[in-house]
Amino acid sequence: MKLLATAAVAVLLLLPAVLNSYAITVFIFIFFYAYLAQAWNIIGGYAGQLSAGHAAFVGIGAYASAVLSVQLGLTPWIGMFVGGALSALLGTVIGYLGFRFGLRGFYFVLLTVAFAEICRIVALNTDAVGGALGYYITFTGNPAQFQFQQNWVYYYVALGLMLAATGLVAWIERRRFGVYLTAIRQDESACEALGVDTLRCKMLAMVLSSFLTGVGGTFYAFYLFSLQPNAVFGIPLSVEIIIRAIVGGAGTVLGPVLGSFILSPLAELSRTYLATGGLTGAHLILYGILLVAVVLFLPEGAYPYLARLAGGRKGRA
Amino acid sequence: MDPTLVAQGLLNGLLFGGVYSLMAVGLTLIFGVMRVVNFAHGDMMVWGMYLAWLLATRLGIDPYLGFVPCAAVLFVLGLVVQRTLVERIVDAAHEMQILLMLGVALVLENGALVAFGPDPRRIRSPLGAATVWLGPVFVDVARLVTFAVAVSLTLALYLFLTRTDLGRTMRAAADNPYGALVVGTDVRRVYAVAFGIGAACVGAAGALVAPILPFQPAGGLALAVTSFNIVIIGGMGSLPGAFLGGLLVSVAESLGAVFLSPSMKELVSFSLLVLILLFRPVGLFGKAAA
Repeated sequence: MKLLATAAVAVLLLLPAVLNSYAITVFIFIFFYAYLAQAWNIIGGYAGQLSAGHAAFVGIGAYASAVLSVQLGLTPWIGMFVGGALSALLGTVIGYLGFRFGLRGFYFVLLTVAFAEICRIVALNTDAVGGALGYYITFTGNPAQFQFQQNWVYYYVALGLMLAATGLVAWIERRRFGVYLTAIRQDESACEALGVDTLRCKMLAMVLSSFLTGVGGTFYAFYLFSLQPNAVFGIPLSVEIIIRAIVGGAGTVLGPVLGSFILSPLAELSRTYLATGGLTGAHLILYGILLVAVVLFLPEGAYPYLARLAGGRKGRA
Repeated sequence: MDPTLVAQGLLNGLLFGGVYSLMAVGLTLIFGVMRVVNFAHGDMMVWGMYLAWLLATRLGIDPYLGFVPCAAVLFVLGLVVQRTLVERIVDAAHEMQILLMLGVALVLENGALVAFGPDPRRIRSPLGAATVWLGPVFVDVARLVTFAVAVSLTLALYLFLTRTDLGRTMRAAADNPYGALVVGTDVRRVYAVAFGIGAACVGAAGALVAPILPFQPAGGLALAVTSFNIVIIGGMGSLPGAFLGGLLVSVAESLGAVFLSPSMKELVSFSLLVLILLFRPVGLFGKAAA
């Protein structure tokens, strides 16, 4: 397993040497969405608290680092942590409201959606950050401002984000904290009865998840150079994040990564080929069908299924 | 603040609230009976709007009549969705149900996008141009009719649930599905009919709102979220809660548009939601032992 992982990372490190610019862009999206899905995985997968508003954290992180960079000249390399901290603050508020009052299942989903929508409406109505027109960053190509002339630099930054988050989740999974989170997902009441401070665990998972997602917002801002409230705070972005983790396998280390490797190219291709043919919503119809199919036939996600297949073959050999 | 403006906002909000109520009543019925949250609710409503639009533009049927076939088509759609998909996950974890319905919502919304395009549409009804002055404030006749029909439908549903055998069975299955099964209720059938009726409510609501507001495929999720707000504010599974919650949220949004700005009106209903979740998570009319 370790050998396989090292080989995979080595291949990904060498890949830009042979890829053309478009393929590099596709990989950047794969890595970036894998990173976001991995961050979501901590609270949504391991702890089993379905957040449908993670776009709020992307948006806050993106706006924070962009505004700090444009208005105050603060480098996004620091700004990304400011954005992460602000997102974590919102995550704390949402987590406290939701978990303190024992809002489970549907109520927590709605609470997260409500806060993301509030952020979206506030951003749309705040002229200081461009309001409905959006916020734009002028491209200077200055690496100190998180701007790069070459696409492959973004490739390595996104790859680094994905690997760091995956490493962190793999580490958490082996700690007591990770075991607690999984236990909370499986049976929260039993977990409480055994003396686990479930509120503290869920809060910590939420803070960590929102912080990482907020850091990702900086990449979003300085890769796309334009922030639209409806895109960056909208429910569709939250869906993009969730669906990768669910399809790949929520609550597993490699699930979100696999999910992004399956879905990001699919989304990219259908956007390129179907949308230009006038079928704008086609890839989302596909997402919908996939979600339904995964829930009905593969509720654990693709990774646990594939791992079982591989394990079975090894067992027989 | 001009009191006439406030009164006008109050009236507009109240009249529009009928649609919100009907939407929320459909959602709360589905939730109350099978504990499944219909994330596709708003997108079903959007299909109701487009069906009304098709009837109006292709066959010349006024949406104030067209809401009947719209409700019928959505009833069948709800029945099919329940029988083929929801039935398999009635006992699954909430998260799985939500994801499944999210999938259905994505298919419906983007199906509408592919079928009808992204541009906003609206239906012209002869009633739309008429207004009646009540002293300093005016009443939009279309809104008044929409309100009257929506409230009548809600009332009819209430009578159905309390006065007919099938309705009583439905409430019994909602209270205690196992008990209902034991006394010989066909719970599967009750679930399917309940989902159908819930979808029909929102189909009618869509057709009724189509002459008042322009609509587009992307509006579905926002409508679903508004329905959830109302249902939680009123109390999950409570019919009177959904009805009064719909009026309350609509009036609050309308006043929010007057006092703040029209684009901030959603903020008012979300703030209401957060307050309710904080201080009374079972909702205004919910039973405390939820």
